[in-house]
Amino acid sequence: MNKIYLDHGATTPVDKKVLKAMLPYFNENYGNAASHHAFGKEACKAVEAARNEAAIFFHANPEEIIFTSGATESNNLTIKGIIKRAKIDNAKPHIITTAFEHHCVLDAAGAMQKEGLAEATFINPEIDGVVSVEKIRSAIQPNTVLISVMYVNNEIGTVQPIAEIGAMIKKENEARENKIIFHTDATQAVNYFSCDVDDLGVDLLSMSAHKIYGPKGVGLLFIRKGAPVARIQDGGGQEGGKRAGTLNVPGIVGLGKALGLAAKNGKKDAKKIAKLRDKLIDRTLTEIPDAFLNGSREKRSPNNANISFRNVEGESLLMLLEMAGIACSTGSACSSDSLAPSHVLLAIGRKAEEAHGSIRMTLGKYNTEEEIDYTIEKLKESAKKIRKISGQVLDDFYKAKEKGVVKEEHEH
Amino acid sequence: MQYSKKLIDHFTNPRNQGRLDKPSATGIVGNPVCGDLMKIYLDVKDGVINDIKFETLGCASAIATSSMVTELAKGKTLTEAERITRNDVANALEGLPPIKMHCSNLAADALKKAITEYKGKNK
Repeated sequence: MNKIYLDHGATTPVDKKVLKAMLPYFNENYGNAASHHAFGKEACKAVEAARNEAAIFFHANPEEIIFTSGATESNNLTIKGIIKRAKIDNAKPHIITTAFEHHCVLDAAGAMQKEGLAEATFINPEIDGVVSVEKIRSAIQPNTVLISVMYVNNEIGTVQPIAEIGAMIKKENEARENKIIFHTDATQAVNYFSCDVDDLGVDLLSMSAHKIYGPKGVGLLFIRKGAPVARIQDGGGQEGGKRAGTLNVPGIVGLGKALGLAAKNGKKDAKKIAKLRDKLIDRTLTEIPDAFLNGSREKRSPNNANISFRNVEGESLLMLLEMAGIACSTGSACSSDSLAPSHVLLAIGRKAEEAHGSIRMTLGKYNTEEEIDYTIEKLKESAKKIRKISGQVLDDFYKAKEKGVVKEEHEH
Repeated sequence: MQYSKKLIDHFTNPRNQGRLDKPSATGIVGNPVCGDLMKIYLDVKDGVINDIKFETLGCASAIATSSMVTELAKGKTLTEAERITRNDVANALEGLPPIKMHCSNLAADALKKAITEYKGKNK
């Protein structure tokens, strides 16, 4: 059996068609897109073609597309760039986001708070992993300048009601002098969901190429015309002065091609992937006892299966799967550098041991039914093996704790 | 995570895994919040660890350190077994990744706790 890749939420392989489109821009058409000679013009032409492709995909104007190094940069530019430009009388600007965003959003908002430049409210999602529009609405203050909600959660794959939030903000804005800007991190959504910025009612949208079979190190930020975003990186006047730095021409060409392919084949791929994903979830939940799905089954990205197993620790499960040639990821602290369990699973109300006992399998367009069947068999074997080792220790711990024999003494 | 061959061996084929029906003493350590929990079962005869078993809920290195500490302790006197340190366990496994030295290296603590319980019961 070859290696099986079930970690498309982390990154995807570059599609051969994407790679082919990129290659000439490394050493044949290698000009700097900002240069005015023939070499530069050739590069510039390719960048503008990719920009047009992106504009079509997101239903935007080409000048509203800013190329970046990826969604992390796009999200930082959004939050820091908006706060830098925000002018509120007698108050700090206020950001609303959710507690289960990607760390780049949480930490950028947290940094603005820490530096005393902004206030921030982090809304907890509901237990099904979907954020309540009403809870966001009721967090709005007179000094609110930005609402940022991810489109699809990267760990549990739940789909957020972006269009509804967009409509709600539009209505709120009618009566406001300082208009609220609405941003979505669509990184995990681009492959599977409509990203028409007008339908969604968003002013800004972030994404990364490497999640959609494009190259790493490139992404974009859609900035609606007139949205007040200051640049946060100084240098040349690239990207309408909003993002300094020589353009990553091969990367941008790859991003354009990947978006074109997603527009063309996305729906067909999504259908195939959802079928495999359903098989993976259904068989795992029925054939492995004490297993449960994290996040809504219905409001879910077609490629995501995030499952917790009682009396199983995720890193050891991951290791056994890895030895069987299967690559996926876990919400366990033991596989992270921070040694903290998944903030996403805690935000939807999972207990720490349930977060530790979770694995995320994210499918892609090249996965086969044979691979999924093999994965289910290995999951069953591995969970059984780990449960034999853990035995009754979790129950024993809680019994001992009740009696006061042990206290939660172990800390990091 | 880079694990040694020895660690992988103890993780995939843990020694002395399971429970004892009538243990002389047990020791449970860890915390579900951190993700690692471990329980040691001791059978002591004439001051010597005659049999030892463990159950562990935790990552690969937590399982491997549990397995290793039982191997180190089996057949030793309580006085000898008490001297087994976290470092002894890590060294016997040809090292642990630095990040795992603290959180997943509870086995020596569990052993000490079980010995302490035994001594308390048999004063």
